[in-house]
Amino acid sequence: MTESEATVPAHTGSRTTRLLGLATLVGIAVVLVLGLVVTGPDAVQGDAARLIYLHVPVAVAMNVGFGLTTLGSVMWLWKKSRWWDTVAVSACEVGLVYTGLTLVTGMVWGRPTWGVYWTWDARLTTFSLLFLLYLGYLVVRHLPAETEVRNRRSAYVALLAFVDVPIVYLSVSWWRGLHQSATLSLSSTISGLMLFTLMTGMIVALMGFAWLLIHRFRVAWLEDELDSVGLELAISERRAEAGMTSVNVPATVEAVVR
Amino acid sequence: MFRDAALVAGKDLRVEWRSRVTINQVAPFAVLVLILFAFALDPDRGVLQQATAGLFWVAVLFSALLAVQRAFAIESVDGNRDALRLSGLDPAGIFLGKASAVALELAGLEALLLVGVVVLYSTTLSGWLLLVTTCVVATIGLAAAGSLYGVLAAGLRVRETLLPLLLLPVVAPVLLGATRAFEAAFGQTTADGWSWVGLLTTFAVIYVAFGVLAFGSLLEES
Amino acid sequence: MEPVVKDAVVHLRAAVSLLGRFPALAGLDLDVGRGEVVLVQGSNGAGKTTLLRTCAGLIPVSSGEAIVLGCDLTVAADRGAVRRRVGLLGHATGLYDDLTVTDNVRFWARACGATKQEADAALAVLGLDGRLADVVVAKLSAGQRRRTSLAALVARRSELWLLDEPHAGLDQAGRDVVDKLIRSAAAAGATVIVASHELDRAGAIADRTVTIAGGTVVTPSAPSAPHSPHDSTPHDPAPPPPPPPPDPTRKPEVLGVP
Repeated sequence: MTESEATVPAHTGSRTTRLLGLATLVGIAVVLVLGLVVTGPDAVQGDAARLIYLHVPVAVAMNVGFGLTTLGSVMWLWKKSRWWDTVAVSACEVGLVYTGLTLVTGMVWGRPTWGVYWTWDARLTTFSLLFLLYLGYLVVRHLPAETEVRNRRSAYVALLAFVDVPIVYLSVSWWRGLHQSATLSLSSTISGLMLFTLMTGMIVALMGFAWLLIHRFRVAWLEDELDSVGLELAISERRAEAGMTSVNVPATVEAVVR
Repeated sequence: MFRDAALVAGKDLRVEWRSRVTINQVAPFAVLVLILFAFALDPDRGVLQQATAGLFWVAVLFSALLAVQRAFAIESVDGNRDALRLSGLDPAGIFLGKASAVALELAGLEALLLVGVVVLYSTTLSGWLLLVTTCVVATIGLAAAGSLYGVLAAGLRVRETLLPLLLLPVVAPVLLGATRAFEAAFGQTTADGWSWVGLLTTFAVIYVAFGVLAFGSLLEES
Repeated sequence: MEPVVKDAVVHLRAAVSLLGRFPALAGLDLDVGRGEVVLVQGSNGAGKTTLLRTCAGLIPVSSGEAIVLGCDLTVAADRGAVRRRVGLLGHATGLYDDLTVTDNVRFWARACGATKQEADAALAVLGLDGRLADVVVAKLSAGQRRRTSLAALVARRSELWLLDEPHAGLDQAGRDVVDKLIRSAAAAGATVIVASHELDRAGAIADRTVTIAGGTVVTPSAPSAPHSPHDSTPHDPAPPPPPPPPDPTRKPEVLGVP
């Protein structure tokens, strides 16, 4: 995916993404079999612990998403590259979906373990604040504005949120650290089979993340493309108001839209 | 930079002195919040006394939102933002000036709220050094983060609704840290409190530095 | 391309300025020499205000050449540098409603490095040192507000004055003061660009008149080449501007909405 994608495709799929999507589906089936059938229940937490094969991988993918948002924002501010800006916003949207999944799986696990859906566990609390922080990013991102203004504004919101994450995490874990109850982690030393299942789950979650990200990226890219189409036309129409022919009009749209 | 900061802070405080928006509207609102908490949490069961620290800082947070809204509302009318951009003032100076003015207004509100919790919630204040230090660093952090998001939202039609959504999750650690530090001060266990002051200081330093570096870019967009 | 005017304060070649996605300046050519007083006229939406705001460094030039006071307006850092050297009187007055006339003028004067005495002198020039000096701006009439922002402008001692409808809303005495200010600014070596519909009054003080329409210059000053902006010889007396040629394909007002 580079700047060369000038022709407008009919859809955002490609051979690679179809293969990736298919592999992800197979991977999900494999993890289901491994997690529900092959591995045994946890000594202390019983069957509820099986959620770890889903919860931890989606949490990791969520972190990758927000990491990419930060990286994309920094790269946009540095290079002013549209590619990185699009990465930032796409990764944030997909990251929010994974944050939602992380919170939901955490709550589903909390019900049988603690008897309540929500507990002010350090990690759950941090994740919920993360969700709100990056939701703010998306809200700012989708406010109507000029492209450059929008990109700069959202890049700064992403960075402001990012520098807050360690402080949020630190404060919440200090706060809850004193009366920390069991979190979603295995009680005994993790067995080889469990570790294998967990790793497979992680790879599958990241594959699914990549699949969603590529599609979201392409949609966002095409949206921007649509925005810049017609600028040449607008300039010549504007000049026509003065009854002048098009002289000195920039040859390409790219020259005008930086 | 500091000359510009002093000029802008002086201007903002003069605007406040002439318009009295913080004194006449924000301050009564802050006290009102304290009274509403008493309605929500039955004052006879001692809940108010236990929750004093948290209620105090929630009231400060709401007042900070209003103070920031006000500070940037005066810059977004009648071409004032353009005038600021054309003025030749150093953007870092503008940031420090606006944040200082907000911080001073908040400090006044906190003093009022402290009197409020003593009178209304029968709280006994103790651990004064920790109390005052917490107020100072938390206020600097709130004013710096508030000014950054304030200028970001200032030019937008949706600023009134957007600012709380953006600012409150970011300053959640300040609420958490300042509340624990106050609880420690009230409970005479000041040793716990100072580590929270450290966290609040980190927050303040990060957002002041961010503002000095990034405020110019955020002021650009219109 | 060589600047036509030696020692040009403003040099625009095929300058395009976008408001959102709308090309408010659609390849505009203009040269203004030091000490000149230029009247810019044109119908509503022709691009007069955008031209002045672009020269002030408030709107980026996205393509073409744009050099004002030696600063390249296509570069962000240069736009910042040009701002403190120009004085822009826009439609908005840029005043704080809650401060008095004196407070406002002193603040904006000191912001750009002028002293309190210079601010007070500017107040005296505009006749604001009497009863109005301590009146809160919110209580002023539109004309009085205009005088106050003119005072702030005078205190700036700019090298380039950009006046957008400076006579609007002023009484007879106020208009005379504006004319006197423009003359004395030019006499002191400043360059003045005035956008105005008051052709009689502004034309009398201007060295020449430039007509713009559709974001381009339609009447260069040289009578010999009415349709070629590149041949302009700006010190010639201004010819009576012909109305912009009608264009049957023009979509009225649609382009005015970005």
